[in-house]
Amino acid sequence: MSTMVEVRNLHKTFLKIIKAVVDVSIKVEKGEVVVIIGPSGSGKSTILRCMNLLDVPSSGDVFIDGVNLVDKATDLDLIRADVGMVFQQFNLFPHLTVMENITLAQRKVRGKSNEEAVEMGMRQLTRVGIPEKANSYPRQLSGGQQQRVAIARSLAMEPKVMLFDEPTSALDPEMIKEVLDVMLELAAGGMTMVCVTHEMGFARSAADRVVFVDEGSVVEEGTPDEIFNHAVHARTKDFFDKILHH
Amino acid sequence: MTMGPSLEAMQDGGSCGLRGDEHLSDISSHINEGLPSFARRSEDKAWWQEFPWWGSVIALVMLVMAAKIFFDPDYDLAWSRIYPGVWLTLQTTFISFGIAFILGLLAGIGQISQNVVAHNLSRAYVELIRGIPILPLIFTVALVLVPKAINFLHIDNSSVSTKWRVVVALSLIYGAYMAEIFRGGIQSVAPGQREAGRSLGLSHRQTMSTVVIPQAMRAIIPPLGNDFIAILKDTSLFSVLGVLELTRRARQYSASSFKFPETYFTLTFIYLCLVIGLSILLGQFEKYMTKDRKGER
Ligand SMILES: Nc1ncnc2c1ncn2[C@@H]1O[C@H](COP(=O)(O)OP(=O)(O)OP(=O)(O)O)[C@@H](O)[C@H]1O
Ligand SMILES: [Mg+2]
Repeated sequence: MSTMVEVRNLHKTFLKIIKAVVDVSIKVEKGEVVVIIGPSGSGKSTILRCMNLLDVPSSGDVFIDGVNLVDKATDLDLIRADVGMVFQQFNLFPHLTVMENITLAQRKVRGKSNEEAVEMGMRQLTRVGIPEKANSYPRQLSGGQQQRVAIARSLAMEPKVMLFDEPTSALDPEMIKEVLDVMLELAAGGMTMVCVTHEMGFARSAADRVVFVDEGSVVEEGTPDEIFNHAVHARTKDFFDKILHH
Repeated sequence: MTMGPSLEAMQDGGSCGLRGDEHLSDISSHINEGLPSFARRSEDKAWWQEFPWWGSVIALVMLVMAAKIFFDPDYDLAWSRIYPGVWLTLQTTFISFGIAFILGLLAGIGQISQNVVAHNLSRAYVELIRGIPILPLIFTVALVLVPKAINFLHIDNSSVSTKWRVVVALSLIYGAYMAEIFRGGIQSVAPGQREAGRSLGLSHRQTMSTVVIPQAMRAIIPPLGNDFIAILKDTSLFSVLGVLELTRRARQYSASSFKFPETYFTLTFIYLCLVIGLSILLGQFEKYMTKDRKGER
């Protein structure tokens, strides 16, 4: 197996004083699904955003498929096109139709013709189960549908890896499942995924590895069973006590 | 404590708007408020409350003005002396708006740019212009900066007409005002939009032009329209430079004929027509730009 994503000795400090990430190293192999969990403000999003350099590390290295993104010579736009990212707030482009959302980067970045881009778009929309929404505007869709469009938009770039930052946290309970189902299917299809999520059910059934983060550092990592049932560290146990009793 | 009407009476008559299924405790609290004679209700407004009286007043004034100009020979004469300035006024307005738009867009993007040079240059430009009253600025640009530039470029001084000096001055001034509008509009677009664009592999420039600026436009169009009208009105300031636009013509005519009421009445009328006409056009444009291009539901 070869490594798809690696962050090495990652540090990220905001405004010179807020240490969001402190010396984090994580390796994600090709085809692996890694779930990052941890309390609010522990640095999960920052770690994820450093993986495609939306946040620029204060120090440390970030490799995608062997290429170091921190290296100034690296063409970031090219790498980012290979790294799908799904946000908590969907971040669909509200002035474009669903199909235009999906074809924009294919045309501008991949240089595809409109027909090719639309064909790929339909394929991905079908995959996430809403081909009939191609000509709708994002605000005409439910939250769950919007998030599925966001996933389709990323998939249409044929990424090597997908990053998810709490993709279901902004959704009404009845819509969480439809998004998780899409993610489960992706995982089963062999996609390399890094997911920040509070959905422990998803983590149990899809994750190869769970990483528990607290105060900017990795506290412990292991298989879902190891982390959920046999956590070694007190902070990990505390975390589960809290979320299970709420 | 005074008791209101009996429960049965209230429910039957419905005079308090209470439904039969309300709990007793709710009802007694209503009673304590002393209903029903002071009940607050939503009402449809009467036609005279909604009628746009202000518009009718303006229309009436305009009509009276128009009639006066049409039928009174003194007014008609003033009209014929002033009216030819309309073309110059409109021309200056449109050209200045076009240039100011481009300047404003560049300086607006420059202000929020990470590039140190672009950032500071735009910032200096905007702050400088906004810190000086418009009339001194007009004199400085038209009578100092433009001649200096002409000298520097070795162009024949007389080849740059006053009209173009005015255009340069107006463009520079309104470019700075519009920069603030563009900056605000761009910053009103959620940061997540830019992040989504960048994470799809779009370059900074592509993200700006396809994601951020189209969305910013919606917030930008109304204030830009205001500036369009402000430019139209401010062209009158250039009468001080001797440009034969509307106001200059009016001043000349009134000075030679001493017909002040006729002159300025007519001048006001012409500006009103122009401003109202432009407002209507801009309103239509705004409607067109902000409505969904297509849409299903
Ligand atoms: N752009 C920023 N500027 C300043 N501080 C920031 C910024 N982004 C994050 N932080 C801070 O860094 C720390 C880690 O934030 P991060 O968003 O990574 O946490 P998180 O684990 O994703 O939390 P949550 O579960 O609430 O999303 C927090 O203290 C946060 O306030
Ligand atoms: Mg987060």
